[in-house]
Amino acid sequence: MKDTLLVMEGIDKSFPGVHALDHCKFDLRAGEVHALVGENGAGKSTLMKILTGVYGKDEGKVIYKGKEISVSGTKEAQELGICIVHQELNLMPHLTAAQNMFIGREFTGKNKLFVNDNEANKKAQALFDAMNLKLDPKAKVGKLTVAMQQMVEIAKALSFDSQILVMDEPTTALTESEIDELFKMINRLKEKGVGIVYISHRMDEIKRITDRITVMRDGTYVDTVNTKDTDIQQVINMMVGRTIYETANEHNYTDLNQVALEVKHLNSGKKIKDVSFKLHKGEILGFSGLMGAGRTEVMRAIFGADKYDSGEILIKGQKVTILRPEHAVKHGIGYLSEDRKRYGLTLGETVEQNISLPCIDKYTNKLGFTNYSTITGTSKEYIEKLSIKTPGPKQKVKNLSGGNQQKVVIAKWLLRDCDILIFDEPTKGIDVGAKSEIYKLLSQLAKEGKAIIMISSELPEVLRMSNRIIVMCEGRITGELDIKDASQEEIIKYATKREA
Amino acid sequence: MANVATKNTVQADGGLKKAILNPANIQKFLAFGALIVLLIFFTIASPFFLTFDNIVSIMLSTCVNGILALGIIFVIITGGIDLSIGTVMTFSSVMAGVMITTMGVPMWLGIIIGILTGAFCGFISGTVVSRLKLQPFIATLGVMMITKGLSLVLSGTKPIYFSDVPAFRQITVGSIVKFGAEGKYSIPNGIFIFLFMAVIAGVILNKTKLGRYNFAIGSNEEATRLSGVNVAKWKTAIYSLCGAFAGVAGIVMAARLDSAQPALGQGYELDAIASVVIGGTSMVGGEGTILGTVIGAFIISTLTNGLKVMGVAQEWQIVITGLVLVLAVLLDTLRKRGNK
Repeated sequence: MKDTLLVMEGIDKSFPGVHALDHCKFDLRAGEVHALVGENGAGKSTLMKILTGVYGKDEGKVIYKGKEISVSGTKEAQELGICIVHQELNLMPHLTAAQNMFIGREFTGKNKLFVNDNEANKKAQALFDAMNLKLDPKAKVGKLTVAMQQMVEIAKALSFDSQILVMDEPTTALTESEIDELFKMINRLKEKGVGIVYISHRMDEIKRITDRITVMRDGTYVDTVNTKDTDIQQVINMMVGRTIYETANEHNYTDLNQVALEVKHLNSGKKIKDVSFKLHKGEILGFSGLMGAGRTEVMRAIFGADKYDSGEILIKGQKVTILRPEHAVKHGIGYLSEDRKRYGLTLGETVEQNISLPCIDKYTNKLGFTNYSTITGTSKEYIEKLSIKTPGPKQKVKNLSGGNQQKVVIAKWLLRDCDILIFDEPTKGIDVGAKSEIYKLLSQLAKEGKAIIMISSELPEVLRMSNRIIVMCEGRITGELDIKDASQEEIIKYATKREA
Repeated sequence: MANVATKNTVQADGGLKKAILNPANIQKFLAFGALIVLLIFFTIASPFFLTFDNIVSIMLSTCVNGILALGIIFVIITGGIDLSIGTVMTFSSVMAGVMITTMGVPMWLGIIIGILTGAFCGFISGTVVSRLKLQPFIATLGVMMITKGLSLVLSGTKPIYFSDVPAFRQITVGSIVKFGAEGKYSIPNGIFIFLFMAVIAGVILNKTKLGRYNFAIGSNEEATRLSGVNVAKWKTAIYSLCGAFAGVAGIVMAARLDSAQPALGQGYELDAIASVVIGGTSMVGGEGTILGTVIGAFIISTLTNGLKVMGVAQEWQIVITGLVLVLAVLLDTLRKRGNK
C-alpha cells in the first residue's frame, strides 16, 4: 500500500439554488492515477476546484500529507504542490514556453527590474530534460501543437514541485499518438510519486491508465473501485444510476437508390485531396480517421464555410454552387460543428432565438417584421419533440447542459427543413446518458429519411451508428467500409494508411 | 383560452416583485433611477433648474447626441464601433446645406440627400468592415477623417447659412405643440424628432429581422454565419442604418444652428458612445436596449445642464461627466459579477 497523499472528507458546497456537493469524499495515494468520473454536473469539477483553491468549501476537511489544510487561492495551492491542468489551456500564445511557465514568478535577479529570460529558459530546459521532452523553451506557445501546449502546462505544474496533479479531460484535443505520449508522461510522473487525478469521459482511457476510479453522481459520492477489478459497463451504470440505451447498430433501412448528396473530386490545398463520395437518403455515413485527417475540412467546404479549389457538389443529382453557408442552407444542408459553443450557438441568447436563427424568413412578413409568438410556439414543439431539458423557450442556451445544447442545434436545422445533416463529433463533451439520447435521435432522423453524415473520432460510436464508414487519412479517402465488414482494426488500418 | 388568461394574471400578481428583482430589469431601473436622482439633486441645488424653459433646453440639447446614440447602438450590439458618426453627421449637414442653398434643390429633397449621405458613409464603413475584414475601429477612424476633410472641402471651410430658407430652421426649433395662454409654453420639434427616432429604432431592433440578426451577430458572429445568415450583408445594413441616423442628427443639428458648421462634429461620437454605455449596453456586443440609450443620453445632458446652472466651470463639467461614465460602467460590471 502506497502512502496516502490526500484525503478529502465530508466536503459540502452550495451555490445559490444548487447543492453542488453533498458530503463528498475522495482520497489520493502517492504514485497513483485516480480517475474521477461522473456525468456533466456530477460535481467533479467543483470538487477539484475546492482542492485547488478556486472555490472555498462550506463544510468538510482536506488533509494533505497528514495535515489539515485550508487553501484560499490557486496560488497558495500551487505553492503547496497542488496543481491543475485545465481542459481549456490557459496559455498566452504570444509568449514563449518558458515565459508561460514562469508567468507571475519571473526571474528578476537582484535589481527586481529586468526580467531574466535566460534563467527561465535554463530552468525550463532542465525540467523538459527531466520530463524527457523535446521542446525549445524559447518556442512561441502559439506555434506549438495542442499536445505540446499541454506538455507546457504540465511542465508549468511540475515547476511548482507538484505532488498532486489534476488533469481535466486532458485528451479531448489530442490525436492517438499524442495520447500515447501523454500516457508515457503520466507513467513517468507516477514513478516519481506524483498523485494524479484524472477526469475524463473516455472509458477506454480510464481503463488503460488509471489505478482506481471514483464515481460521482448529482453532487454525491457513489463509490471507489479498483480499475482492474471492474469493467466499463459497471462504471457507466454507477455514473448514470440507470440502464442506458446500449444496443448494437439497429437501422438497416437504406434506400440506396436515392442519392441525397454527391461530392466529386473535391480539392483544397493540402487539406483535401480528391475527395469523392455519395450519401444516400436514410443512411448514416460515418467519417472516421485520426485528428487532422481532413474530415472537418471536407464538411466545411461542402457547407460553404471555407473556400475550396476544385470539385463538384451534386444534391439530388443536380449540380449546385455553394460559395457561402447560406447557399448550403438553401439547398437543405445543415452543419453541426464539433465546437458548438464557438460555431453552433449564440450562447447568450435564448433557446427559441437559437432555434429560429436560420429560418427567421419563415416568420417574417414582407415589411420585415418578425412574428415572435409563432416562434415561441414552434420552439415549444421542438423542445418537446427532442425532449430538450429547459424551463422553456426563453431560457438562455448557456444555462443548458452540453447534451441539451446539442439538441438545440439539431432543432435549429430540423426547423429549417434540412434533409442533409452533417454532424461533426455529435457527442463530444456530452455525458453518457445524454449521448444515448443523441444516438437515438440520429437513428430516428435516418429512419425519417434524412441523409446523415457523422464525423466521429470514437470508433465504437462510428461502428454503432453508421451504415457505411468512410475512412480518411491526410486529406484523402483511404477506405470505404460497409458496416457488415467493419471493425476497429480495419478502420485503424485505413486511418493510418499514409501516402508512401 | 380562459385558462391562459388566468395563468397570465397569476403570473402578473406574483410576478411584479420578480420583475423588479430580475437583473435585466434592474439595469433599466438603475439608469432610470440615476436620472431621477440627478433631477432631484439639481432641483434642490439650484432654483433655476426645474423651470419649463430649462427642462426644454435639456431636452433640446439631448436631441443630436440622442439620435447619434440611437444609431450607434446597432453597431455596438454587433460588437463593433463606429467612430465616424460625429463627422458623418457634419458631412450630411454640409451636403444638405450645399444642396439647398447653392444648388437650389427643394428643402425636402435636400434633407433626404443629407440623410442618404449619412447612410452612404455607413455603407462604406460597413462594407470595409464586413467584406474587407478591417477592424471597425480602424475602418471607421479612416471614414471619420475622410468625411471631416470632405466637409471642409465641400463648404470651402466656411459655415453654410440657411438664411434664405427660413423653413429649415423650424425643423428643430419650431414647434407644433404649444399650450398655455397664447402658446406661452412651446415644445421644439427637435424633441419629437428624437422621440420618433427612438420609436423607430426600438421597432427595428426588437421587431424586425435586422434586429434579430443584430443580436445574433453580436452574440456569436461565426455561429450566425454558419446558420446560413449572410452576415456581411446584414452588417453592412447595420452600419448603413447607423449612418442614416447620423444623417438625421446632421439635419437636426443644422436646423438648430440654422447653419451647417463644417468644423464641428468630431467628439460627438464619444458622447454618443457614452450615452449607450451609461444606458447599460455592453461594448462586447450581443446586448443593449433603446430605452437605456435614451435614458443614457438624457443623463449626459441633464448632468451638463445641471452643472452649468449651478455655475460649475465648463472644464469641471467635463471632469464630472467622465467620472459619472466610469461609475455607471463600474456599477454595471459589479451587478453582472453579482449575478454569476
